[in-house]
Formats: sequence, structure tokens, C-alpha cells
Amino acid sequence: MTLTATNLACERNGRTVFSNLSFTIRSGQCAELRGPNGAGKSSLLRVIAGLVPTAAGTLSCDIQHLHFIAHQDAMKSAMTVKENLLFWCDVLGGTDIATALNAFNLNGLENDPVQLLSAGQRRRLTLSRLFLAKRPLWLLDEPMTALDATTQELLRDHMRVHLRGGGMVLAATHGDLGVKPDQVIALGAMP
Amino acid sequence: MIAFTAILKRDIILGLRQGGGAGAALAFMLSVLVLIPLALGPDQNLLRRLAPGIMWLALLLAVLLTSERIFQLDYEDGTLDALVGISLPLELVTLAKALAHWLAVGLPLAIIAPLLGILINIDTTALPILMLSMILGSLSLSLLASIGGAITAGLRRGGLLVALLILPLYVPVLVFGVSATSAETGPTGSFSSLLVQVAITMVSLVVQPWASAAALRAYFR
Repeated sequence: MTLTATNLACERNGRTVFSNLSFTIRSGQCAELRGPNGAGKSSLLRVIAGLVPTAAGTLSCDIQHLHFIAHQDAMKSAMTVKENLLFWCDVLGGTDIATALNAFNLNGLENDPVQLLSAGQRRRLTLSRLFLAKRPLWLLDEPMTALDATTQELLRDHMRVHLRGGGMVLAATHGDLGVKPDQVIALGAMP
Repeated sequence: MIAFTAILKRDIILGLRQGGGAGAALAFMLSVLVLIPLALGPDQNLLRRLAPGIMWLALLLAVLLTSERIFQLDYEDGTLDALVGISLPLELVTLAKALAHWLAVGLPLAIIAPLLGILINIDTTALPILMLSMILGSLSLSLLASIGGAITAGLRRGGLLVALLILPLYVPVLVFGVSATSAETGPTGSFSSLLVQVAITMVSLVVQPWASAAALRAYFR
């Protein structure tokens, strides 16, 4: 599977965020999305995730083949870690939550309500959605935010394993992703 | 289908567990029914005559009170974004959420309503028909509330706007709900009003998924 964008343009609120963007991410490749604040990194991810319609150009990707991990955690404070994961497991068509719990060491926390989790623990919970159902393309928006050094390394390991297994990663980041990208997609600052 | 029931189940749990859901609606209805006799005075005959209308008003406003929460919280925490990429169409996602709202808020209120009606001296012979028409009516109230909730999902304090948008749609539900339950129309009048209520519910059931999903898509842009 590949993700191909051809002459992609995005308009939000009547303003062109980016235009004429073309790139291809092949199976097993990692792409890094770079650019200053407001350059359209998140917008590009939202376009690929099917949330924002394209203004021009084409995209070859089925939104059911990707996981989009944005800034918001999509987890309910009033429910426990386990209840949240079971919900997303059912909704995403996964089979069990054991892999997801193990992926970011959430095993001791499964019966804690999410409102008691720290920012980093919430982030780990959000990222564990990646392991509820197997989907080839991971769209990550600033994945390293709020994670401690150990978990950052853990996420890098997971990304490497995912890439070796033929998966694809497209990550928007300002810092060091830690995984050598096969390509860097740079978005320029808009006036 | 698994996804549909998962959304339904989660929303019912959240509706019962979180503040501002089923509990708030019940507390609102109860306070209206406790205060009405104090405001109108102890005239038993007057209360009996007004009872069906008051019950319906209380139900309608209680459902309206909780409507802005149907989508707002999911919109704010990114749940809706993540629900776009699943095999279930967004239309059915919104239908699941509207049904969950009915099961967590509308239906319990409709079932408890006859008991609360005693507070305003309701005619006990009218109770079965009141319950039936309220169960039917609350379903269409929840479905219509979900349209309003979707339109105002991305707005902070959208409650006033929901009220303005949805109240016109609530008028037929209220009119035929009251006419089914008021004693003056008699049993034949009740039956035809109930049929109209069924029709209103069916129409809302068809329109709601598309209207809500279209409103939510506009927010993603």
C-alpha cells in the first residue's frame, strides 16, 4: 500500500493553507512533516484523515486504513482506561485490548478513571489506540508531546517495528522524531 | 453493528455517570413539578386540567436542557474526529448517539412522569395514555435534539441557539402529545393524536441521521 498525494491543496476558512503539494509514502517508509506554526501540518493530516475536504488535487488513501492520533485524546474522563479501550476496540473493529494495554505499559492502570491520569499517561492511552486494530498508515501529530524519555523510546521502537512490518508513518514534529525519516515533507510559512 | 452498539452503550454510561445528563434532566423535571402547584395555588381542579400540558412542557424542556451535550463533549475531546475513520457511516454514529440520549434521558423521564404527575393531581385514568404518548414523543424529542446538538457542537454555550433552532420543531410534538393526553378529546381523539405522534417520530428518525451528520461535517472543515 502507498499513500500518494498529487497537487494537493487545502483551504480552510477561505484561506489557502498549502497548495501544489505532492509526495508518495511507500510501504515501510517514514515521513516527517516539518514547518513553522501555522504552516498547515495539522491541516494536512486532517485532509489525509478525511476530516477536511481537499480544495484541489488527489489523495490515494482509504480513511479506514489509517490511525490518526491528534492533540486531543478522544478518551472520556468519566470512564476507566479499560472501558475507554474496549469502546475504541469495538468501534475500530479490533479483537482484544491486551496488546494495546501492553504497548505503553498501561497494565496497572486499567481500572483507573481517566480523569485521574497524568498528561503523559493520557497520552500513552491515546497512543495505545494504534494497537487496537492493525492499520497500515499512522498519522501522528506531535507524538512525543508530554511523554517521558522512556516512553518516547518505546514509541520509537513501536514505530520501527511498524515500519519493518510494512507499515507507514507520517508524523508532524518540531523536535527529534528519533526514527530516521525516509523523506521530509516541508511546509512553508504562509503570509 | 458492533460499533453501533458500542457507541450506544458508551453514551448511555456517560449519560448516567456524568453530571448534566440524565440526572440533570430528572432534577429539572422534578423541580418544575414541585414548583408549579406552589406557583398556581392549591386549586385541585385547575391543576388537574393543566396537568398534561405541564407534564409535556417539563419533559420537553428537560430534553432540551441536555441536548447541547449530545455532540459537544465528543467534538471537544476529538472523539468525533476519530469516529470518522471507522466502518460505520457518520450518519449511523449520530443515530446511535441520539438513541442513547433517548434511552438515558427521554425514556426514563417518560416512565417516571406518571409518578411525578401525582404532584400536580393528574387524572389517574389518563396515566397509561400519558406514558405511551410520552415514550413516543420523547423519542422524537431526542432525535430532533440531536440535530440541534450537532448544529451547535462546536459552539461554546450553544444552549440558547439549540433552543431557538429546535423549539419550532418541538411544537408539533407538543401539540399532539398534549392532545393525546388531555381529557377533553376522549379516547378516539387520543388514538388519532397518537398516530400523528408515530408519524412525527418516523419522520424524525429518517431526517435526523442525515441532518446531524451534515451539520457535523461542516465543523470538520
